[in-house]
Amino acid sequence: MSDPSTASIVSTPAAQPTDTPATPGPQGNEKPRGLLGDAWRDLRRKPLFWISATIIVIFLLMAAFPSLFAPGDPVNGALSRSLNKASGDAWFGYDLQGRDVYARVIYGARASIVVAVLSVVGTLLVGGFMGIISGYLGGWVDTILSRVADVFFGVPFVLGAIVILTTFNGSGSSNSKAEIMGLVIISLIVLSWPVVMRLMRSSVLSTKEADYIVAARALGAGSGRIILKHLLPNCLAPLLVYGTIMVGSFIGAEATLSFLGVGLKSPVVSWGIMISEGKDFIRVAPGLVFFPAAFLVAAVLSFVMLGEAVREALDPKLR
Amino acid sequence: MRVSKRATSAIALSAAAALVASGCSSGDGDGDAAASKDGAIVIHGVQPENPLVPSNTTETGGGKVIDWLFTGLVEYPNDGGAPRNALAESIDTKDSKVFTIKIKKGTKFHDGTEVKAKNFVDAWNWAAYSPNGAQNGSFFADIAGFDKTYTEDPDGADGPQKAPMPTAKELSGLKVIDEQTFEVTLAAPTAVFPTKLGYSAFMPLPDAFFTMKPEEFGKKPIGNGPVKFVSWQDNVLIKLTRFDDYSLRDKMKIKDVDVKLYQDETAAYADLLANNLDFMEVVPTSALAGDKWKTDLGDRGLNTVTPSTALIAFPIYDKRFQNPKLRRAVSLSINRQEISDKIFFGTRKPADSWANPLTPGAKPGNCTACKFDPTTAKQLLTEAGGFTGEMVFYYNSDSSHKDWMDAVAQQVKTNLGIEARAEGIPTFAVFRQNINAHKMTGPYRAAWQQDYPDVENWVNPLYVKGGSSNDGLYSNPEVDTLAKQASSAPSLEASHEAFAKAIEKVDQDVPSIPIYFYGQQSGHSEKIKKLELNNVGELDITSVEL
Amino acid sequence: MGRYLLRRLLQLVPVFIGSTFLIYWLVWSVPGDPFAGKCGERRCPDQYVAYMTEKYHLDQNVFVQYGNYMKNLLQGDFGQTFSQRDIGDIIATAYPNTLKLALVALAIEAVIGLGAGILTGLRRNGFLDNLVLVSTLFLLALPVFVVGFVLQWLLGVQWGIVKPTVSSEMRFSELIVPGFVLGSASVAYIARVARTSIAENRRADYVRTAIAKGLPMRRVVGVHLLRNSLIPVVTLLGTDLGALMGGAIVTEGIFGINGIGREVYRAIVTKESATVVGIVVVLVVVYLLMNLLVDLLYAALDPRIRYE
Repeated sequence: MSDPSTASIVSTPAAQPTDTPATPGPQGNEKPRGLLGDAWRDLRRKPLFWISATIIVIFLLMAAFPSLFAPGDPVNGALSRSLNKASGDAWFGYDLQGRDVYARVIYGARASIVVAVLSVVGTLLVGGFMGIISGYLGGWVDTILSRVADVFFGVPFVLGAIVILTTFNGSGSSNSKAEIMGLVIISLIVLSWPVVMRLMRSSVLSTKEADYIVAARALGAGSGRIILKHLLPNCLAPLLVYGTIMVGSFIGAEATLSFLGVGLKSPVVSWGIMISEGKDFIRVAPGLVFFPAAFLVAAVLSFVMLGEAVREALDPKLR
Repeated sequence: MRVSKRATSAIALSAAAALVASGCSSGDGDGDAAASKDGAIVIHGVQPENPLVPSNTTETGGGKVIDWLFTGLVEYPNDGGAPRNALAESIDTKDSKVFTIKIKKGTKFHDGTEVKAKNFVDAWNWAAYSPNGAQNGSFFADIAGFDKTYTEDPDGADGPQKAPMPTAKELSGLKVIDEQTFEVTLAAPTAVFPTKLGYSAFMPLPDAFFTMKPEEFGKKPIGNGPVKFVSWQDNVLIKLTRFDDYSLRDKMKIKDVDVKLYQDETAAYADLLANNLDFMEVVPTSALAGDKWKTDLGDRGLNTVTPSTALIAFPIYDKRFQNPKLRRAVSLSINRQEISDKIFFGTRKPADSWANPLTPGAKPGNCTACKFDPTTAKQLLTEAGGFTGEMVFYYNSDSSHKDWMDAVAQQVKTNLGIEARAEGIPTFAVFRQNINAHKMTGPYRAAWQQDYPDVENWVNPLYVKGGSSNDGLYSNPEVDTLAKQASSAPSLEASHEAFAKAIEKVDQDVPSIPIYFYGQQSGHSEKIKKLELNNVGELDITSVEL
Repeated sequence: MGRYLLRRLLQLVPVFIGSTFLIYWLVWSVPGDPFAGKCGERRCPDQYVAYMTEKYHLDQNVFVQYGNYMKNLLQGDFGQTFSQRDIGDIIATAYPNTLKLALVALAIEAVIGLGAGILTGLRRNGFLDNLVLVSTLFLLALPVFVVGFVLQWLLGVQWGIVKPTVSSEMRFSELIVPGFVLGSASVAYIARVARTSIAENRRADYVRTAIAKGLPMRRVVGVHLLRNSLIPVVTLLGTDLGALMGGAIVTEGIFGINGIGREVYRAIVTKESATVVGIVVVLVVVYLLMNLLVDLLYAALDPRIRYE
């Protein structure tokens, strides 16, 4: 339970949803447009969106082609240059094993971003789906799903992760890098979805009695349409807020798992691994913690900003 | 052998140390006798894993307290010299097989009862009786009749069969002669036996022990040492105080000792610097880095070496590691000096001998495979036919071994040109389980700390077939024969000579590779004016003066 | 409402059994022999392993073990650790400490998070907003052990402002720094949620009305805006308590607090199912009740949510 979880972030919607989404709205003279079209038009005008998107693209490039950014060798070190200061060859200096910190930070982007982003996406999908179903349908479906979520929520994060990962990723198992990453992602999803589910469910609960939903139902809209067109856009906001911040805590969670010896293994490099390796040397070489942490914060920040921009564009109430 | 499993510990072993004479005491001159008399100190400790019963304690947290609470027949001097009598008046033998042990008259347990020969015999019988499940039970294996009181499980502990009940409840080799005398008959002559008697497994137990459950006793232990037990609050504090009726050499100079139980060394270190803690045995890695501890502590810091060695052992049951040339190649490709300098900031010495050189009887510099010689290493690797696949070095990641194991793997990779990396196994329990089951698929870290100061302890358990810690299943009949001769040699000198020969054979085979000798960096508060560390690197609380 | 409550309370029973069994089973399936590492670099005597196995009935299958455990638990017996300490005692001494720490963390989190949330919610996209965002995210992204170590070092040792570790009396003043460290990761969440909520309600009609009526800004924010925006923040804080208690492992270690964290971690590693379940059971109960409370709160606070 190490992740700062929340069972519910209900953003109680403004009492009177004055302008309803998707249904041809106040901009009556324009061609009626879908939700996404509206959002895109909104987004294009926001500098926040462009800045964060650019940074994310850079990080994604870094993850895909690290050698473009760093010529150095991230894996092999030589003790003779252990803890050497920054120089022209290694901009951020060398770590205890004499490895190029700059190269490691760049190469670390891949594992960190892939694990964190995929876990968040998976958690949002699983938790969000369960939450919508249980919130919208209510009744016994809600009861069962909620109680199952309760059971999972009771499992301490460290315990669950140790069991799942040692069972499938114990020492001696020759999983490929991709398999290990997959396992780490799956265990993060399995242990975190209940939070998102509670969040989504409470959001749906407070929205489904809203007038526009009642109206849509009265007009004969099917459940699928109501969920997709009306509920989802109105309930997405808290999920996006939570999800983008979750990217940050998942990068940290991945570090904890690696630290315990059940997560990613060398020669895979990740920011989390770098931070936990560097912590004993924080008084001698603070850069070992500072640089990966700075990259981590930059990445998280750009995801949060992007999430914020998208949320504002999607949220009908903020128009 | 005691092992510390503190997750953040820099070393897996609490260092056991014979101290270099100059490094063993701190402070100049004597303390203020008046201040010492009723003085109290707070020292660093770790929550003991088990109730405090001497023969059932194998880890440092509890072992340290046991060592203070009990005084054995012999004691190991702080300067690492030969063992001398403590509670024993005399230990006599003609043939190293039958020992007559006479104990000093009039010493008392903390409950006021007198320490008699019977207390030793009963305590040893209890530990040697296998259904009692004592962790140190096998220490009594030398004594005649052990095979009757201690039965092995025919298919191991995991198998379906259970061990048969022992046919005898008491060791036939133990006999009480009178109140102060008892006789020990060994199964075979063992010159080193008296040396072993200072280990905590051999402590006497008061009559009260046999009237209660061991775990109840262990929560409020009654010893016979210079301090007595006051209280134990789990995870918080163990309180000890001077035993005023103590009549042996090492009397307490101060009164109260509070052992504060920490989970994290960094917390304890911060307390030490803030003068909230008076003594810390091992300063944490984060303070060793860049020699920060020297500037933090100044003359309050102590730097000592300890008779423990870190090794990398080969799983010789794995076909790929059966060629001695390959093993030697790996050993020669490791630059121990560089690891010592860069990873440990000089606080560990590069290993150059098989037994730790601080151990009596050990020959320094007898490990020819411990040199750094990448050229020969490469050549040997070629002669051995190379190495296919990836060489994975394993360690337990609940203790800080990652740094040096990573460095070793990298050096092997660079210098031999083979694929190599280090991999952590989550817990010490899983790590040991794989080792016990002979399922390791690559070289793995090990550490050896002597149980008692003699070179015998560095050969028999590690390199003799069937040795208690010969986990890699190394077997060389020549070594076995030589070690057997050495063990039953009539005198310690002859025994040491013979062990040196056995080690020469071991050196040819390289069944494991010594990497570094442990060092210990301790610190104390301004309050303490004088202190000594004992032969196992623990604080000798009887030496503390304020 | 009464029937809903009764139904929910009844549902707690299967959830309770489900989660305790899941945890028991998970600990049971942690690989490794609990006694393999007990004797250092030497294999433990088989006799010792056999003795312990029999004493703790580890040779039985997991269902029987769990059944025995539950039977004892219902009689109020939490069992013993492998080091023969009563788990009930451990829980009784460790829980109050962890709870105290978690409450302090919660308070700090609430004060900082809300303050930051209100400031940034009212003035979005300004310099302050970005500063708060970056600094809270920095705290979130840095692992707890780094934050804890740095603060302990600077405040406790270097500047000597506070004692570096917490004494066994657990005084409130000693808990401020550890509480901040524990709560630091959640501050980002609270601040973001408060900000979002305030920003949304800022445009609500009643706020507009209040401003139009000519009420001073302080009153508008303090009475109208805050009260309506607090709901999500409070529910978030309420459910965070359980997470804080369960997540205090590292913080407790750094500051030498005798809490449940160290026992849970030790027990997981040594496969002491009884200890883990015993400690987690209490957490689960706290969490389940909090959850129920939050669900009831929704209905009470928001008439649009109804439970039939």
